[in-house]
Amino acid sequence: MIAYVMGVLPFLWQGLLVTLTVSALVVASSLVTGILCGIGLVYGRWWIAWPIRIYSDILRGTPLIVLIFLIIYGLPLLGVDFGNYGSAVIALTAFKTAHVAEIARGAIQSIHFGQTDAGKAIGLTFRQRLQYVILPQAVRRFLPPWINAVADAVKGSALVSLAGIVDLTLAVQQVIGRTYDPLPMYLLGAAMYFIINYSLSLTSRRLEARFAYIRE
Amino acid sequence: MTYHFNFNFVWRYADKLYWGLVLSLEIALISILIGMVIGLSLALAYTGGNRWIRSAIAAYVEFIRNVPLLLLVYLVFYGIPSAGGFAYDALTSFIATLALYSGAYLVEVFRAGLDAIPKGLIDAGKAVGLTPWQRFIHVRMPTMFRIVLPSLSNVYVSLFKDTSLAYVIAVPELTYGANWIKTNTFRVIEVWIVVWPMYLATCYALIYALRLLERRFSLVRR
Repeated sequence: MIAYVMGVLPFLWQGLLVTLTVSALVVASSLVTGILCGIGLVYGRWWIAWPIRIYSDILRGTPLIVLIFLIIYGLPLLGVDFGNYGSAVIALTAFKTAHVAEIARGAIQSIHFGQTDAGKAIGLTFRQRLQYVILPQAVRRFLPPWINAVADAVKGSALVSLAGIVDLTLAVQQVIGRTYDPLPMYLLGAAMYFIINYSLSLTSRRLEARFAYIRE
Repeated sequence: MTYHFNFNFVWRYADKLYWGLVLSLEIALISILIGMVIGLSLALAYTGGNRWIRSAIAAYVEFIRNVPLLLLVYLVFYGIPSAGGFAYDALTSFIATLALYSGAYLVEVFRAGLDAIPKGLIDAGKAVGLTPWQRFIHVRMPTMFRIVLPSLSNVYVSLFKDTSLAYVIAVPELTYGANWIKTNTFRVIEVWIVVWPMYLATCYALIYALRLLERRFSLVRR
């Protein structure tokens, strides 16, 4: 049993690396786009805020797997082809952007408007107010749900296996295709996902407790 | 060379999409009903239980919440029967998976709901001489369900979207119908262009209907 697990471990490790790479790409790019969209939602004129609102509502009402297939088959139609891997990462990022935007919007709106007024009163410009007053406070409201969203991204990345990318889930499937012994492999795969995501959710909870002192 | 859209094949097999959508909604409904039984019993067991019961429930919740649903679907459909030497059909297996999955989320929802019942209501129940069982049935349960209704509808909509994963074990729901048309007619993008708005429209119709329900049963009447 131990020899068997040791034998498949290098293969699963390759899959895990792909899962981690995809998740990291998605998390990093959606962090940037998501925060920009979040700021746009709160402070943008209607011609900025509305498109973002519509985008976010459409994306959050679409099953992730449908979005992945739409982008994999739809992008080449528009004349751009990033391959399955690139398209899957784009799909996951587009999806995660909507979630991060909502988290950022919530975090910014949770800061009392008196803070903005105070910033205005001492003559800060919009950028200064964001930079020195709003964002430093909002980041504490942003972090705990965002880390949960990161764990969600790791879980969501399992869907790239359906597009033929050999991530941890597909690596597990392929090992089972050889050994015909599904249960131990699925449990091993589940354990690997669990370790990553559980440590993330513990971090999130700890941060939440750490920042709980901030009240209105 | 430009691509020529051809939706004829999609319309020809539209019944696969239509019945797929109906099945998706049914799967989500049955799963959340079973999930609610699991969630409520475990939430009650958690509140009244000792340390061992609590850690067992927490282990179940954390395991389900931290593993991708796709892997859980495989685990239940391929993994568990292979060890037990029995088999169940794909639909049963998927509903079981989704019920266990929603159950783990609903434990937390119900636990928060039980905590949020105003103490004064329970005291009022005691004051008019209700037994603990009567307080449970007539005071705690109705109040809790009204408190958790918004969370329940969120879970339902999200479960409806998650039914799209059932296609990996060939449950003939909406995404499976889409894949069937795709592999049999090669009108790939047309299928997804039709299926995408079907999911979207259903999601928002569900949200709208559930909001009406929430307003009807909201604790604070407006």
